[in-house]
Amino acid sequence: MSASPASQDFLFDLVPLQSARDKVLDANNWQEKYRQIMLLGKQLPTLASELQCESAQVKGCESKAWLYYCKIDGNHYYLVDSEARVVKGLAALVIAQLQGKDSAEIAKFDPAHYFEQLGLAGQLSPSRTNGLTALVNGMIAAAD
Amino acid sequence: MNNDLKALFPALNQTLDGYPLCYLDTAATSQKPAQVLEAMDSFYRQHNANVHRAAHQLSARATSAYETVRDSLKEFIGAAQSNEIIFTSGTTQSINMLAWGLTSQLHQGDVILVDSAAHHANIVPWQELAKRSGAEVVPIPLTADLRLDIQAYQKQLDTLPVRIVALAHVSNVLGTVNDIKALSAMAKAKGALVAVDGAQAIAHHKVNVVKLGCDFYSFSSHKMYGPSGVGVLWGCYQELDKLEPMLTGGEMIDTVSFDGTCFGQLPNRLEAGTPPIVEVIGLGAALKFIKELPVEAFDHEQQMLNLLQQRLAQLPQVELYGAHQDNTGAVAFNLKGEHHQDVGILLDQQGIAIRCGHHCAQPLMQIMQISGCCRASVGVYTSREDIDRFITALEDAIDLLG
Ligand SMILES: Cc1ncc(COP(=O)(O)O)c(C=O)c1O
Repeated sequence: MSASPASQDFLFDLVPLQSARDKVLDANNWQEKYRQIMLLGKQLPTLASELQCESAQVKGCESKAWLYYCKIDGNHYYLVDSEARVVKGLAALVIAQLQGKDSAEIAKFDPAHYFEQLGLAGQLSPSRTNGLTALVNGMIAAAD
Repeated sequence: MNNDLKALFPALNQTLDGYPLCYLDTAATSQKPAQVLEAMDSFYRQHNANVHRAAHQLSARATSAYETVRDSLKEFIGAAQSNEIIFTSGTTQSINMLAWGLTSQLHQGDVILVDSAAHHANIVPWQELAKRSGAEVVPIPLTADLRLDIQAYQKQLDTLPVRIVALAHVSNVLGTVNDIKALSAMAKAKGALVAVDGAQAIAHHKVNVVKLGCDFYSFSSHKMYGPSGVGVLWGCYQELDKLEPMLTGGEMIDTVSFDGTCFGQLPNRLEAGTPPIVEVIGLGAALKFIKELPVEAFDHEQQMLNLLQQRLAQLPQVELYGAHQDNTGAVAFNLKGEHHQDVGILLDQQGIAIRCGHHCAQPLMQIMQISGCCRASVGVYTSREDIDRFITALEDAIDLLG
């Protein structure tokens, strides 16, 4: 059995994450946008090294990224970490949107529209090596 | 001078998110001058026909245009005869074809020495050959400054039953150059065959395969200002003629019957099927482009690489890998403590195209003890302004990652 995080690890405070997401939305140049994305990544908990393991790794990403999922009281929770700061920040943008939601809300989530709104449509392309597409698909599939 | 050159490459003239494209990824693929595009376009419009099946004028014209490129390639790399030039789909196919073709010549216990800095395309086909034949792949170590370790190589040649030596002419990650002439002579003295991957050398060096003294030399058109989809396997006639064809079928035969089939002569014997005709024509135009470049264009390109190395070395946050002055084409680096992918993403925001990753050279990454790195690479069209913009963008990225 590989290690997995305790369920309380999934219940981190979402408020700073959501306000940081709004700053990404409001950023009026790319420097500010990516600065905020990287700050957002820092709001996500760091996974212990034994959790940064092969079995949790998201494929299709140039940097290593790890995804954990759990269901608490019918709602969906995620933990994501990555070696790359921008990737972790992009993951945090998704978590800000999906954490603690129920299945109906997850099913309604439209990643293309969301990243478009954030001015980050280009980052979601499957032809990118950032793995965001694989990560988002993995998160949605986990809740299925 | 080379801003004039830049104007010949349509794809270089564009903006990305408001930033003019700064293309420093020529080692992945070079951009194409308009004359290459035009040669291909006009061939399709005016001369298109299959080759070697000339019952009609158009096919005769197409065949002669196609064969003329073989002749130009012979001149270009100093080969002894045109039928030593085999058209492939690129370096990857060239090396696969070669490794396949050598299968019956290798035996249990034979050793294939492979450059530790080689591209996967120059590693995996040899591993597969080893599996088929019972031979063993042994890496040639690198020195601490990431050059091929010549002493260790000599020792391997002296102590192991080496049948084949597979070398990169220029490393696609570091840009380090192997002295193929010396390394070939050392291998030949022991009776080993020498196969050189010239993918990263062909657009930058004046290659003469006879002077290099190797047996085989592979390269891709798309890295030398030509189209993708075509490449070359050169072999000295005697060795090339011994290769078993990996692909069989049309064009490569002399006679076929259900009682038995006779293969044709070189080069056709190794070119089964309809070749990438128009791509070969495009490659011909690329050869002409390179041949007509003034010597200064290549001097300039080397200056741009050295300038890149110097400017990067001046940034305290940058770690450079094997960046020697006599390197060719590319420079590899990381920002200390940062992931190469973050650097790539932040440069991409500013219209800077470089490559970040393991560069299909995972064994080299393992030796360097990194998971990947950034690589900036130059071509004849690279300008001082490109380098300035790249360094400024990198400084911005450093600032953001701060
Ligand atoms: C040194 C080297 N060898 C082989 C290859 C493979 O070339 P291709 O993809 O054109 O077959 C490359 C290209 O990336 C290369 O740089």
